[in-house]
Amino acid sequence: MISIKNLTKVFHTKDQDVRAVDELNLSIGKGEIYGVIGYSGAGKSTFIRLLNRLEEPSSGEIELNNQDLTGLKKNELRLARQEIGMIFQHFNLLWSRTVFDNIAFPLEIAGASKKTREERVNELIELVGLSGRGNSYPSQLSGGQKQRVGIARALANNPKVLLCDEATSALDPETTDSILDLLVDINEKLGLTIVLITHEMHVIRKICHRVAVMEKGKVVEEGDVLDVFLHPKEKVTKRFVDQVMGDPDREESLHLIQENYQSGEVIQLHFVGENTNQALISDLSRKFNVDINILHGKITQTQKGAYGTMLVQLVGDKLVVNQAIDYIRTTSVEVEVDPNA
Amino acid sequence: MLEELFPNVKVEDMIEATNETLYMTSVSVAGTFILGLLLGLLLYLSGPGGLWDNKLLNWVTASVVNVFRAIPFIILILLLFPFTDFLMGTIRGPGAALPALIIGGAPFYARLVEIALKEVDKGVIEAAKAMGSKYRTIIFKVLLPESMPALISGITVTAIALISYTAVAGVIGAGGLGDFAYFYGFQRRDFDVVAFCTILIVIIVFIFQFIGDFVSRKLDKR
Repeated sequence: MISIKNLTKVFHTKDQDVRAVDELNLSIGKGEIYGVIGYSGAGKSTFIRLLNRLEEPSSGEIELNNQDLTGLKKNELRLARQEIGMIFQHFNLLWSRTVFDNIAFPLEIAGASKKTREERVNELIELVGLSGRGNSYPSQLSGGQKQRVGIARALANNPKVLLCDEATSALDPETTDSILDLLVDINEKLGLTIVLITHEMHVIRKICHRVAVMEKGKVVEEGDVLDVFLHPKEKVTKRFVDQVMGDPDREESLHLIQENYQSGEVIQLHFVGENTNQALISDLSRKFNVDINILHGKITQTQKGAYGTMLVQLVGDKLVVNQAIDYIRTTSVEVEVDPNA
Repeated sequence: MLEELFPNVKVEDMIEATNETLYMTSVSVAGTFILGLLLGLLLYLSGPGGLWDNKLLNWVTASVVNVFRAIPFIILILLLFPFTDFLMGTIRGPGAALPALIIGGAPFYARLVEIALKEVDKGVIEAAKAMGSKYRTIIFKVLLPESMPALISGITVTAIALISYTAVAGVIGAGGLGDFAYFYGFQRRDFDVVAFCTILIVIIVFIFQFIGDFVSRKLDKR
């Protein structure tokens, strides 16, 4: 769907050249929700703006929907852009137009007839859940509603790709979730490819299928969201994973556990995208004659299942406890005995 | 009572002078709006980071605007004699004042237009680009509508400046209230005429300001 080769953007400033995006290679599949995460200054903003050439690449290639975007002339680019939707952190709606007219704007640009525009806009207002707000002005809407207008506007010309430039960064957590749900909904309903950039791992965890971590203009880590969550290699990735999985209390808990739970066996369970073994604890206590004490843990849900870590204490006959541990090893839950060591 | 207060004021003279003032003002405001808008757009679009970013074009436009803004209005009228004669076929009367009024007002308004356009959210322009807009669409459907309240406030300020310019245009016999106050009031020592003309001018200014504020507020949906 999208294939990016050696994409580079150099900004020339007075004292130095800044390589905002540096020899970037990526490929994004059709219907995928692809997240790019990085701290500010990592080049992710430049990256997404290169995808529709709001920023002109210094070198490299972007192929989008079998079309070489980088080679397009001005007029061809204009037409190509009509098939690439984009939403923004600050919504960028026209305050002088109503919700209806804002959504109709890209259709006017594409030269749709008045009747087509009316039908399509009403359809979109319905889709993004803004029924009855068509005649409101943006200033009368909340942040979340404004972004819904932004999304409807971006979808007006039936784009193949939706680019999201920090689309939820200006919203509160609850509104963020409702906008993310809407994006997933659109992705599933329309099979739309979504590329988003963010600095919030929460966004990646909640809706992305694949993720790339950017640092200093380069992709330092890339892959399925779950893989990256489970086995973050780079330091920066670990910091991001910590944002959602991070458990600052864990060290302290381990210490206390060591002191307070001398009996039995303390083990650490890793749930890695579990769909089948989520009931492991009750399963164990039913099958083996052990008491299970949940000491500490955090489980979170990703697109591919539950993910998290849990510390439990198994109390019972030593032999039975060992049998139980062996049993866990046969499941897809990873187990670590004696996590203090 | 009016006759006691203003013994030398003749109603039909006042009506004629008011009409002349209104004629000069409204035509010159319309002309200034169009010419000023064009110049202002040119300033903005050719400026750094603008759609037609062009140093030379920007420099030329800015120079023209600055030069014409620097010339005192009374001198401008005199300098424009040949041009006015060519354009209007005369250098006297209300019509003859129009070229000078428009050429004097437009550069002033152009700067206000430039300021108004600079206030338009860059993100919105970017969004329009991302949608595949032509420049023409960006100008007519984004820049102008989004800056309309400021453009209207600007033309209101300019219109009021133009009303006082019309009085200066009296030197070429342009007529109007300012001219009347000077020639028939001040020079004949009929100060009641001066006072009456002044009141009428103030009322006209108030009406323009009121209309300008009203329209600007109506259009502002922010």
